[in-house]
Amino acid sequence: MPTDLDLQTSELHSSDQPRPLGPERKRPEREFVRFTRLQRALHACMIISFLSLATTGLTLKFSYTGWAAMVSRFLGGFQVAGFIHRTAAVLMFGVFVTHLYNLVQVKKREHKSWRALVLGPDTMLPTPQDLRQFLATMKWFIGMGPRPQYGRWTYWEKFDYFAVFWGIAVIGSTGLTLWFPIFFTRFLPGSFINIATVIHSDEALLATGFIFTVHFFNTHLRPEKFPMDTTIFTGHMPLAELKRDKPLEYEALVASGRLEEHMEEPQPEIVVRTIRAFAWIALSIGFSIVVWIIYAMLFAYK
Amino acid sequence: MFRRTRRNLFALANALTLLLAAGIIHAAPPVPQNPSTDDCLACHSDKTLTTKRGSRTVSLFVDGKKFSSSVHGSLSCTACHADLEGKDLPHSTPLARVECGTCHSDEQKQHSHSLHGKAIARGDTLAPHCVDCHGNHDIVPVKDPRSAVAPLKVPFVCGRCHQEGTPVQLNRQIDQHNILENYSESIHGEALLKKGLIVAANCVSCHTPHNILPHTDPNSSINRRNIAATCTKCHAEIEEVHRKTIRGELWEKEAHVLPACVDCHQPHKVRNVYYAQGMADADCMRCHANEHLKAADGRSMFVSAAEIAASRHAHPRTQAVPVSCSQCHSEVNVSRVRPCETISHPVDCSKCHEDQGQQFQRSKHGQLLAAKDPNAPSCRDCHGTHRILDKRDPESRTFATRVPELCGSCHREGQKAAVRYVGTQHEIIRHYQESIHGKGLLKSGLTVTATCTNCHTAHMVLPKSDPQSTVNPKNVPATCGACHHGIEEQFEQSVHSRLVTKTDKDLPVCNDCHSAHTIRRTDETGFMLDIMDKCGKCHEEIAKTYFDTYHGKVSRLGYTKTAKCYDCHGAHDILPVADPRSHLSRANVVATCQKCHATATRRFAGYLTHATHHDPKKYPFLFWTFWGMTTLLLSTFVFGGMHTLLWLPRAFQMRRELKAEEAREEAARSNGTGAEGKATAEEDHRAD
Repeated sequence: MPTDLDLQTSELHSSDQPRPLGPERKRPEREFVRFTRLQRALHACMIISFLSLATTGLTLKFSYTGWAAMVSRFLGGFQVAGFIHRTAAVLMFGVFVTHLYNLVQVKKREHKSWRALVLGPDTMLPTPQDLRQFLATMKWFIGMGPRPQYGRWTYWEKFDYFAVFWGIAVIGSTGLTLWFPIFFTRFLPGSFINIATVIHSDEALLATGFIFTVHFFNTHLRPEKFPMDTTIFTGHMPLAELKRDKPLEYEALVASGRLEEHMEEPQPEIVVRTIRAFAWIALSIGFSIVVWIIYAMLFAYK
Repeated sequence: MFRRTRRNLFALANALTLLLAAGIIHAAPPVPQNPSTDDCLACHSDKTLTTKRGSRTVSLFVDGKKFSSSVHGSLSCTACHADLEGKDLPHSTPLARVECGTCHSDEQKQHSHSLHGKAIARGDTLAPHCVDCHGNHDIVPVKDPRSAVAPLKVPFVCGRCHQEGTPVQLNRQIDQHNILENYSESIHGEALLKKGLIVAANCVSCHTPHNILPHTDPNSSINRRNIAATCTKCHAEIEEVHRKTIRGELWEKEAHVLPACVDCHQPHKVRNVYYAQGMADADCMRCHANEHLKAADGRSMFVSAAEIAASRHAHPRTQAVPVSCSQCHSEVNVSRVRPCETISHPVDCSKCHEDQGQQFQRSKHGQLLAAKDPNAPSCRDCHGTHRILDKRDPESRTFATRVPELCGSCHREGQKAAVRYVGTQHEIIRHYQESIHGKGLLKSGLTVTATCTNCHTAHMVLPKSDPQSTVNPKNVPATCGACHHGIEEQFEQSVHSRLVTKTDKDLPVCNDCHSAHTIRRTDETGFMLDIMDKCGKCHEEIAKTYFDTYHGKVSRLGYTKTAKCYDCHGAHDILPVADPRSHLSRANVVATCQKCHATATRRFAGYLTHATHHDPKKYPFLFWTFWGMTTLLLSTFVFGGMHTLLWLPRAFQMRRELKAEEAREEAARSNGTGAEGKATAEEDHRAD
């Protein structure tokens, strides 16, 4: 179904032709750039870090399952697992700090003030519109209304984003307590180590459980995007998809005439393939962990 | 003639005296008057006084001097010659035989029951009366060298009848020959007769003076059963120079299985020579050296002299000479042509090995043997027969390294002892061989390592349930402590010791943690991890809570680096936390943490090593933290889950619509050409 945008982009393509194509090769469609290179890199790092943290951490949490012993042995023993866990934690902190630093840069570059960044149309902070969209979504779910017109960041994407903030704060602080117990017991009672253990462990379970089920579904594996939405890895999404999923953003871009700034050549085939392989591995590990958690919690719990 | 005249004169004087006396006492009633010694001697001091007994002329002379110095010198003649009492002199002849038994009633009684007395009763004229041995008027105490029955004279007194050529020896049934001759050459005779050693045994020392009985009589001093008692009257310590086990008691009680003194030291011929033990072995070997010798039931009866010569019994520790055949195969009878034909019992090793024998009888093995269980082992099943070697001899079947094999021949799985066993220990031998003891013994060749017998004992093997058993829980610490003494000392001070904790509950002993037959090195990963389950058998709750902590979780994963029960509580010296000596007492706990956490502080030691979030009373803050987190978790999941589930139908709907749209585009593309390139490119990219 050709749309205005289609026509527009085809015009763009025809007017800006970098090199002539052979008769057998069709000229690739330009795509909308949703994520910057840094954001993609941070997400990839986050995946590596998070999977490592989850795998090594859960071997302890579910030490009563045979799987845990096997994984621990596979990794080279609990000490190696602990080393991996702490290295991954450092990486996670690194991702977090880098993101915050990047926010500062973005603010300097694109916004006049924090206020503009935080209260702008593309803000990550929850807004009244998010609440309205949430209620509209509920209606849509139960067949009482149309699909809401989402903007750049949907409410569930904002939820995921802040879940990471919360997780890093809670899991990170308790994790440091467990990492340096002797330092922390200089000013905290010994039993805080016990409390930190409970919080660290349960919050981690929440994080892994949520990421590997809800987040996976919401952003990567929704049936209409099946088998996988790779936008976060490639940074690109087809314009049609932007139009369908984020109509508000699309319309705003069209209205401001800045859409073209966000269009790019697709990633080379090999990059896309590599990204898919990586994504599938990560997803598989995540799902395996979910299965392990369910098994450990429901069938092997002691 | 002269003699007769004097006698007549004496009679006349006597008669006159009597007449005078009768006249004097005529006025008073007449009193019978006993003749005094002097009265008797008035006639009997005449050395020529004789009388005829049958064809024999017998002197009636009594030496007054000798009589008055004899033991009976203070008695009157009529005290013995009672039939003269109140009689007028001269009295009629012959007088009745003197009854010594009037005074010497015991001796008389013995004599009348004795061989001699019975012969008299039978009317045997050769049988001796008191007087034949003791004499008559000149009897002196037996200690007086002049006595007829003084030790030095006894052989001759007896020999008067009991020597070759005498009527007694010729006409009566006497088994022994050359008695006096043999005796005088024997060690006893030589001592007495040649060396004048009057304490040396003479005839009566063995046969008794009056109670002489045939050796077949059970009351005889020379009966087989009594001979030991008889000999030990003098040879009181004989068992010390013979063998430890032939105690007077055993010798007397079990005379039927033991050789009697006289079996080796023949009566009358007892020589002053050393009787080489086993000197009769040659007699046994006359038959048993034959390799083809078979018993009636077909068993080979061949005995290898070489085997015996190599055995421990050829060089026993308790005696200077080899053990002889008959010391084990007792009940032989030397008077038979085949001395062994009287053997009716199997060899009883406990004759010498008395302690071991008693232990064995008490043991399960012994009980089964007594119950005639066909599977029950006897001494020979473990020790063998003729080729018995010392347990320290590497060739021995009971040498340390061979013991597991030896016990295993019955106790290995499937063998006869294992089949009847109903307890919980299985694969005993295999497990032992893989255990630290088994490896120490069999792989490292360390012969001081514990084998079966170190724990179970060699001879008093009893089931664990028996309170006397060395493996009864009560005794296990002492059993293990025999080698691991230092550990036992620690353990007996600990809260687990029966000596410290008085309780009805079962307290753990060594094997509850270390196992019995599968004992492992304690620095082995498997052991270190297993031990937590061992503690958890009793301390169930506290072990569970341990596994809720980091220490426990790492241990559960199979790593030993983190603290396990004993790292904090100690192993053998476990004490209640309240005890100041405990590793976890207030004074010691920081140092205990510092074993791993070198810089640990007191506040760090406040970490709750057994904290659980399941106990709201003990650990409320953990409990509520846990449930707070769980609530957060559940609500997030419920929210996220619901959101996702509700979304799914819509998502599928969208997918269907997209597919339909694509299909329409496809159809449009195949019809026209307008937007073909663009649409296909997009499709390709998405479907990739």
